[in-house]
Amino acid sequence: MADEEKFDAVVVGAGPAGSAAAITMAKAGLQVALLERGQKPGSKNVMGGILYNHYLEEIVGEAWKEAPLERPIIEERRWMMTQDAYIGLDYKNLRNRAKPHSFSVLRARFDPWFAEQAEKAGAMVVPETVVDRLIVKNNRVVGVATGRGDDLYAEVVVVCEGIGLGTGLLEKTAINGQPLRRKLRPNEVAMAAKEIMQLEPRLIEERFNCEPGEGCTIECFGDSTMGMSGFMFIYTNKDTLSVGGGALLSEFNATLRSPNQLLEHFKNHPSVKPLLRGAETVEYLGHLIPEGGYRGIPKVYGPGYLVCGDAAMLSNPVHREGSNLAMESGRLAGETVVHAKETGDFSERRLAEYRGRLDHSWIMADMKKYDKAVPLLEHNPQMLTKYPQVADRALDEFFRVDGTSKWDKQSKILKMIRKEGALRMGWDTFKALWAMK
Amino acid sequence: MEKLSDKLFTVKYVEDTGRAHIEIVDQTVCATKCEGKYCNHFCPAGVYEWNEEQKKNLVSFGNCIECGACSIGCPFDNITCHSPRGGFGAQYRLG
Repeated sequence: MADEEKFDAVVVGAGPAGSAAAITMAKAGLQVALLERGQKPGSKNVMGGILYNHYLEEIVGEAWKEAPLERPIIEERRWMMTQDAYIGLDYKNLRNRAKPHSFSVLRARFDPWFAEQAEKAGAMVVPETVVDRLIVKNNRVVGVATGRGDDLYAEVVVVCEGIGLGTGLLEKTAINGQPLRRKLRPNEVAMAAKEIMQLEPRLIEERFNCEPGEGCTIECFGDSTMGMSGFMFIYTNKDTLSVGGGALLSEFNATLRSPNQLLEHFKNHPSVKPLLRGAETVEYLGHLIPEGGYRGIPKVYGPGYLVCGDAAMLSNPVHREGSNLAMESGRLAGETVVHAKETGDFSERRLAEYRGRLDHSWIMADMKKYDKAVPLLEHNPQMLTKYPQVADRALDEFFRVDGTSKWDKQSKILKMIRKEGALRMGWDTFKALWAMK
Repeated sequence: MEKLSDKLFTVKYVEDTGRAHIEIVDQTVCATKCEGKYCNHFCPAGVYEWNEEQKKNLVSFGNCIECGACSIGCPFDNITCHSPRGGFGAQYRLG
C-alpha cells in the first residue's frame, strides 16, 4: 500500500469510545478511519443505558443538544429488595430540569448520530467491517486486517472493540511473544440481559411520576438479583422502558441460573409488575459488562496501539457508569494521537502519554476507588440477601400499628438485630465503607 | 412476554447461512468432564442445549446475540466464538 494511503489512525469500533477518539482526531485534521462490524454504528451495541451529557459536550460542543437522547433524568430511585417488599431511596431534583446531566438513551439510535459527528469532522466511517486481527511488523502494531480482505495501515490503531466477542483483538495479538491482554475471568464480567418494553408516553409519565418528556431511573439491589452480585434496573425512554440487569458471570455459573430467569424474576416482583403492566417487549438484548476494577485494566498502550472504553475494562458498575468512561478515554486517546502527530513521534514512549492522561483524570481515580467494591459483594452475599430482610422486618415492626407500645416495638427491633448478629453487621458496614474509601 | 424463544423473535438477525461463528472445541469434554453444562444456563440466548441421547451440546448459533459470555464462562475453555462477518448476525434496532 502506498504511503499516502496510510492513515494517521484506524479506530476499531464505532461505539462511544471509538467515535469520541475519531472525532477528536479528525477535528485536528488527522486522517482517520472508523471501522464498525455492525450494519451501522450501534447495531451491536448495548447498555442500560444512561448517558452523561457533560462528556458528550466536551467532545461535540453545543451539538450535543441535537443528539437523539430519550429523556433527561429528573429522579433517581434506589430500591433494596426482599421477596415481597422494597426499601427505597428516591431523589428527585427539579433543578435537573434546567440543567440535566444524564439522559436515558437507546444505543442503536444514539451511536449512528455520534459516528455521524466523526464523519462530519472528516473521519471515514466504514460499517459492516470486522477487524480480524491486528497487523504486527517488527513488534509494532502497524494496521488491521479486515474481514473484507483489505489491510489498512496506520500510525496508530485505537482499539475500541468493546468487551469483545470470543478472543478479542488484544488477546490474539502478541508482541515479543506476549499477548496484549490476558483472557478475562468469569468474575471480572457481569452478564446482563435487557428488554425494551413499549409503553405509551402518557402511561410512563403517570406510573413514574414524571412531567411530559422527563424521566426516572429505578435501580434495584438484593432479591432483585436473587442475591447475586449485581443489580436490576428500569429506565424510562420516550415511549419504551429499558428493563434489565445482571450479575457476575461467575455467579450464574455457581447457581446455574439463566439471565432470562433473572429478568423474569425481577419483572414479576410485586413492586415491579404493576409498572410494566401492558408494556410489550419489542427487543431483547444481552451484553457483558467489565467489572474487573482497577486491577482488571490491561495495558492500555503499546507500540502502535491504544485501548479505550470497555476494551480497556473501564467501567464503574457501582455508579452504573461506562459510556462516560468510554467517551472520556476515547477523547484522551485521540488527544494523545494528535500530540504524537504534531511532534511527528509515534513511538511507544509518546503513546504512553495516554496512560498518563488517564492516570491524571477522574477515570483512574474512580477505578481505584471502587476497585474492591465488586469482590466485596461477591464474597459477602449476606449484604444482598440477609441484610435487606433484616431491614424489611425492622421497618415492618416500626410502621405496623397493632396494639403494641412503641417501647416494646423498639426493644423487639433491637433484639432482632442483636440476634441476627449486630457485630457482624457493623463490621460488614465498615468493610463496605472501607472498600469504597 | 416470558419465554426466551418469544423474546428472541424480537431480535433482527441477518443470517450468514451455514457459517457457524461458534464452535464447541471438543464434545467429549462436555460429555465427560462438564457436570454443570454451564453454557446451557448462562447463555442469554439459549444457544447451547445438551442432548442426552446424542451426548453432545447442540449449538443454535443463529440465535446468538453476541454478548461474548460463552468463551469466558465455559470453565473448560471449550467454546470458541468470533464475530460473524461484517453486517451479519444480530443487528439491534433500538439498543
